[in-house]
Amino acid sequence: MKKKVEIPFTEEQALSLECGDNVFISGVIYTGRDAAHKRMIETIEQGNELPMNIKDGMMYYVGPAPEKPGQVIGSAGPTTSYRMDSYAPKLLDMGLRGMIGKGKRSDEVIESMIKNKAVYFGAIGGAGALLAKSIKKSDIIAYNDLGTEAIRRLEVVDLPAVVVIDSKGRNLYEEGRKRYLSL
Amino acid sequence: MRTIKADLITKTVRDLCIDANYNLPDDVKDAIEKQCEKEPFDIAKSVLEQIKENYCIAAEDSVPICQDTGLACVFLKIGQDVHVEGGICDAVNKGVRQGYEEGFLRKSCVSDPIIRKNTGDNTPAIIYYDMVDGENIQITVAPKGFGSENMSQIKMLKPSDGIEGIKDFILKVVEDAGPNPCPPIIVGVGIGGTFDKAALMAKQALLRPLDVRNENPFYADIEEEMLHKINSLGIGPQGFGGMTTALAVNIETMPTHIAGLPCAVNINCHVTRHKTITL
Repeated sequence: MKKKVEIPFTEEQALSLECGDNVFISGVIYTGRDAAHKRMIETIEQGNELPMNIKDGMMYYVGPAPEKPGQVIGSAGPTTSYRMDSYAPKLLDMGLRGMIGKGKRSDEVIESMIKNKAVYFGAIGGAGALLAKSIKKSDIIAYNDLGTEAIRRLEVVDLPAVVVIDSKGRNLYEEGRKRYLSL
Repeated sequence: MRTIKADLITKTVRDLCIDANYNLPDDVKDAIEKQCEKEPFDIAKSVLEQIKENYCIAAEDSVPICQDTGLACVFLKIGQDVHVEGGICDAVNKGVRQGYEEGFLRKSCVSDPIIRKNTGDNTPAIIYYDMVDGENIQITVAPKGFGSENMSQIKMLKPSDGIEGIKDFILKVVEDAGPNPCPPIIVGVGIGGTFDKAALMAKQALLRPLDVRNENPFYADIEEEMLHKINSLGIGPQGFGGMTTALAVNIETMPTHIAGLPCAVNINCHVTRHKTITL
């Protein structure tokens, strides 16, 4: 059974999700990967405002392919999340509640997620053509000079994802593997 | 002496960049489909189903299978009896530039590893030149994504480490990578040569069809054994658990120094792309 996740992604929703849950995500989310994260953290450290409100929000770690004429966005699957690990706790402390990516997270990120009651979702890496179908609108809102790494505001409807690390720190990468090996 | 114009190389590279990024090779599709039928773990099967759906959409809509359309790795086998009219390197880069622009492929190349400014056209390509007999030029374009490239490793083993040392190292690389390189993965292994040659062989191993084993029965057996061992780790598609962690282990070898046993493991994701045309 798929659970619905909506933005704003409230604490109540976050607490109701468990690792391994299949979800459909709908609402406004923001893209950001390596270079955008570096710049967001620099912005915060300089005492300036971020280009978007991340409170109860969700970041999607993605650098999409260019859209063809008539397309909303090009292929848009997740990039590997660990490269954002050194930046994520700061954003989580500021109210970010959801992250969509793929691959392992550091202990520091997981501790921060538990503290801030946040959730890490995995979208299927390498399924960029499929995932782009859930994106209904895409606008670059900041850091245009970064090309594919610019921050985009995405309106998504039923973006398929899996809860990889829940707000209690339970981790599908550990539990899924154990479950399979005990079959 | 046959003459081939550089423009033809440009056009061929352009077309190969687009074709490789839109259309997954049949051997990779076959391997995914077979594993999907065999996969006993529900969540793993569901991931493989979505991977199948994704490459079908990409082919049908003529869009990239994955947004990471890679660095363009270009392998040229140039016949000694061919004269190329114009610069080969420039012709290849021009083809990459055209292919990535006209095919709406992502430009993922930065001009300097530390300064990190995007070059804007996905050049320069990573180009390898091989001189061979004959009067043809064979061009292979293999876009390489970095989610998996980042999980690759190389080790200079001791001769006394032997085949057991190699097996342990391959397994360690896959274990370290875990969910990060988008499993199910293809594992390219280069054994022997020098530090650099081992890495190149590991990359070239990724070009071999997944249903073709090493022609040396000794290494063919190791490939089978390692595939079995990797798929017993339980990592599974996307790391969510399951049987299908890898689709194939391809090993290439060459002579090496009396003091050495280099081993490189180059990991590729399930979007293992490569297309070849012979001119």
